[in-house]
Amino acid sequence: MFAAKLLGWLLLGVVRLLTGAQARWVGCPPKAEQRIYFANHQSHIDLVMIWAALPEELRSITRPIAARDYWAGTPWKRWITTEVFHAIYVERGGAPDPNAATEQGAPPPDPLAPLQPLIDALESGDSIIIFPEGTRGHTGEPQKFKSGLYTLAQMFPDAVLVPAWIDNVQRVMPKGEVVPVPILCSVTFGVPIRVEPGEERRPFLDRARDAVIALRSV
Amino acid sequence: MNAWLRSLSPTEQVALLFLAVFGLLAAVSTFTLVMGFRERRNPQRDAAWQEDLAHVRGLLRTTWIMVVVFWIAWALGEGFATVLFALIGFFALREFITLSPTRRGDHRSLILAFFVVLPIQFVLVGTARFDLFTVFIPVYVFFAIPVAAALANDPSHFLERNAKLQWGIMVCVYGLSHVPALLLLSFPNYEGKSAFLVFFLVAVVQTCGLVQHVAARKLQRPAFAPNVSRSFEWRSWGVGMAVASVVGALMSFITPFKFGQALAMALIASVAGSMGHLVMKAGKRDRGIPNWGQRGVGVTGANGLLDRVDALCFAAPIFFHSVRWYFGV
Repeated sequence: MFAAKLLGWLLLGVVRLLTGAQARWVGCPPKAEQRIYFANHQSHIDLVMIWAALPEELRSITRPIAARDYWAGTPWKRWITTEVFHAIYVERGGAPDPNAATEQGAPPPDPLAPLQPLIDALESGDSIIIFPEGTRGHTGEPQKFKSGLYTLAQMFPDAVLVPAWIDNVQRVMPKGEVVPVPILCSVTFGVPIRVEPGEERRPFLDRARDAVIALRSV
Repeated sequence: MNAWLRSLSPTEQVALLFLAVFGLLAAVSTFTLVMGFRERRNPQRDAAWQEDLAHVRGLLRTTWIMVVVFWIAWALGEGFATVLFALIGFFALREFITLSPTRRGDHRSLILAFFVVLPIQFVLVGTARFDLFTVFIPVYVFFAIPVAAALANDPSHFLERNAKLQWGIMVCVYGLSHVPALLLLSFPNYEGKSAFLVFFLVAVVQTCGLVQHVAARKLQRPAFAPNVSRSFEWRSWGVGMAVASVVGALMSFITPFKFGQALAMALIASVAGSMGHLVMKAGKRDRGIPNWGQRGVGVTGANGLLDRVDALCFAAPIFFHSVRWYFGV
């Protein structure tokens, strides 16, 4: 759609002017293979940052996730999220932890339901960008990762798992502010990780979180 | 030759100046390109030689970009030049703020700095309101910024945070806004030739920096203030001052100054520029980074613009006011 394309260009210009939107591919090159990018989450505009940092060719085949309660608030936000960012809506909070359910012996309340939109996107061959913390952190230190990443990694063993660190975004637009301040931000992409044979859910998620945090000081 | 030069209109003279600079740059670039093919017999020497050459190429690239930018700015007129320097100021301030830690409470002050102070300052320059633009930042803004910060209800490191922001504005906005202001100074019998004044300032400040850098490498003397700068020492500084002043004096024919005046003005500009560079170095050391740009802390994505313009930021206001005061324009 023409309007969406135009707005995309405009937005890209604004984001670059304000933040530089620099991508640093330190662990892997930008490549058109199916990937699951997982990044730290500090601000709603993380989504915009990582979208802007990706090269043009990858942007069209990579779909970020967007929290429905924020990004579907108004028709305008809904339009920009679906048409410009090609985002996938998810409910905030992520998947319920299936470990907790099985320990109690009760059947899990369909753990895949919240992930279904992501599964659809991956099945159709797109790459996705997820924020496994689920909610935005306050401290700068990423919170514990939710289990969705592990589930997706097991369902799609061929998708490459790329950790990413989004730097400085919380300074551009802290919670509660509307006008962004020009501060340079960057997205650092690290060495892909994979689920080792027989690796449990929690150790893998902790390892994934460490991989993201390690990129902060590269 | 001289008579012919005088017979040209100011526009033609400036165009000729750019032609000369472009010609010189093209010659130097061709020379380095050819030298790149040369292979030294001693492989160790060869590696060092190639590294030096790469350094020179980097410098040349920046110089090319700067000259092209200046040329475009001049070709499109004073209004465009003002916008151009406003953009440079914006990017420089962005770099400065990125590398100075700010807190949530600074958000409103930062918005004020970027989206109110910077545009107003450059509009004042563009409309040649010299009296107001000289005092706008030191008087009004330095009062408004702490007010905005105090209203944010966050007292921790209050003075430090405000000092940082005020310094950023002073260097990146106030300093740089004096470069386009030079274009609007009107000397008698010098209409349309103010571009020469900007060229004079930039050339002198850059020469001073370059000569000082080379002299420090050749002389290999112990640094005077090693905690701040590992290369600064008085002798190479003196060499830089001397060479830059003489270069400035030799360029007196393109300025409204006489030989001695040009020498003095060049000296003032290079002292301010080199000292400003030293001051910004101290700031960088405080932040624990060698450069404002990429090599130090890649994670911010800063591109080192501030490293290039910091000397100019300090030299421009001092040069501008010295000229205005002495010549009464």
